[in-house]
Amino acid sequence: MFFDAALIDSVPRLVTPVLLAATGGALCERSGVFNISLEGMMLVGAFAAVAGTYYSGSPWGGLVVAMIAGAAFGLLFAFFSVWRNGDDIIVSIGVNILAVGLTALLLRSLFGVSGQFDDPGIFALPAINLGPVANVPLIGGLLSGQSVLVWLAVLLVFATHHFLHHHNFGLRLRAAGQNAEALRTVGLSPEWIKTGALIACGALCAVGGTQLSISNVTLFAEGMSAGRGWIALVIVMMCQGRLPWILLGALLFGFIDAVGVRLQGLDLPQQVTDALPYLLALLVLALSYRRRMGGAHAA
Amino acid sequence: MTHLLRSQRLKLIGAGLIGLALVLFLVPGAGDISAGFLNGAFGGRNFFNLYATLGRYAILLGMALAVVISFRAGLLNIGGEGQLVLGGLVAALVGAYLPAPPFVVAVAALLAAMVVGAGWAALAGFLERGTGVPLLIGSLLLNYPASFVASYAVSHPFRDVASGATQTFRIMQEAGLPRFNGTILDYGVFLIGAAALAYIVLEDATVFGYRSRLRGYSAGFARASGFPIRRLYYRTLMLSGAAAGMTGFIAVFGSSQRYVDGMLTTPLYAWTGIAAVLLAAVRPRLVPVTAFFFAVLATGSIGMERTAGIPREFGQVIQALIVLTLAGFAGKLTAIAGGRR
Repeated sequence: MFFDAALIDSVPRLVTPVLLAATGGALCERSGVFNISLEGMMLVGAFAAVAGTYYSGSPWGGLVVAMIAGAAFGLLFAFFSVWRNGDDIIVSIGVNILAVGLTALLLRSLFGVSGQFDDPGIFALPAINLGPVANVPLIGGLLSGQSVLVWLAVLLVFATHHFLHHHNFGLRLRAAGQNAEALRTVGLSPEWIKTGALIACGALCAVGGTQLSISNVTLFAEGMSAGRGWIALVIVMMCQGRLPWILLGALLFGFIDAVGVRLQGLDLPQQVTDALPYLLALLVLALSYRRRMGGAHAA
Repeated sequence: MTHLLRSQRLKLIGAGLIGLALVLFLVPGAGDISAGFLNGAFGGRNFFNLYATLGRYAILLGMALAVVISFRAGLLNIGGEGQLVLGGLVAALVGAYLPAPPFVVAVAALLAAMVVGAGWAALAGFLERGTGVPLLIGSLLLNYPASFVASYAVSHPFRDVASGATQTFRIMQEAGLPRFNGTILDYGVFLIGAAALAYIVLEDATVFGYRSRLRGYSAGFARASGFPIRRLYYRTLMLSGAAAGMTGFIAVFGSSQRYVDGMLTTPLYAWTGIAAVLLAAVRPRLVPVTAFFFAVLATGSIGMERTAGIPREFGQVIQALIVLTLAGFAGKLTAIAGGRR
């Protein structure tokens, strides 16, 4: 059967990385930073999670290291884009190249391998079993047995939404995106707010990367973010940084991803199914921009 | 602003050189490292590494050319990778399957590669003009389907299974680009050099170049001046895509003689091309110099790996730091598109 429970069960783990990165991207979007380095930040997170787990002996250590590394990349972005007034796009390109280069460099100098690193000393973050819920038909496998990161992602999306709309800092963050000068006139610094948004974004993307490297698998492969950061960016742009829509968008792409994996099982070549999310992204973007010609980032 | 940019750029380069000299002087073993770097970029038996640098230079210059053509007109086409990959793939297929005299095969492959590159770029353009998807995003997202198409083509229908690797069959041997006597360097570097020269003349001395440049300074002004905006947009974009496609042809008909999966994406050629254009502040005349600099950086890093055991990815890290530092100096992309003389 094509649409069976296993297909549905696989959706959350595919949604999580994209959802986390898109949540981070939303913070940037709302604070007026055009961050297109989600891809690089995810890759850094994936690597740091593996390295952190390897050296600390615990996947939780990996998660913490990943968040620190992601935050550091966010800070780096902020330094060049917000404080040095560099162009967001150029800085993003630099950050993305740095992520590819640095992860490959560290992979070789720390672990002496290139391409891929796996080791029995790398553990996955635990999955949460909900006991009797697992036996409920249809939704049992969807809710039970998912990685702790899946739940963390859901929690973070709601927390971020709450923060943006029901908290002073969230209000200030949105103000930085809408009218930075107004923020300045009340004595607040849009620079620091954007810096904060970028640091949080880096950490969120890195947690997304963690889901890729120490959740369902326990390894790091060069380029393992595989364009998910770009998909996340498309979702952010499409939803103009509004989180409820981002959640929906991420679910849609996660579902397409799951269908793609399933189609591979039906002997469709992997490259064809891999292209699905990008074609969908282009289609969705084309449709959404057609509706509001001359969108926010008409370059 | 322009003066500021230039003088700061000079300071930056000066500071970089002084810093480099200090490192070489103070760090033990730095002599080995720099010797390895220089040897990797310029030395080797019979200057083997110098030829490798020049071979890489041809590809980087081609990609930088594709970027500068579009950036100069204010079009942020960063989908060079997709255009490059499809160009290379199509060139390899024409080279392997077209039953024709060698010269015809080579020319047909070149043209096919350019047409495909131009077409892929035009598709991103259509997405922007037809539906409003920003060129930056559209061109970038199109990279992925292009890579997947190429990867599929070489791993299934057109795979040279007997060779064991995921690659196409070898192109007709006599159709490959001729090489300099006794070296691994092919004439591709001439071809790209000629294309770069042609573009510099084109943008400097023709109506098309003037209009395209003016569009980069101010799209609104170009429109108000009554330029054929639509035609200008597509022509510039397709020229940019054709340059990327041509680069794919050179990579395939030059050193590799076939399309190997990932050969054009793994070394980040397209992104390095963007870096070269940014370092040149979008000035076409400087692009050949900055592209050479990045070619040296890449092959030099490989040399450093051989002598000093520093992984070659170090070169990519340096490249990223250069781009980041430049971002701090260069200001907003919309302001530097079009470039200054």
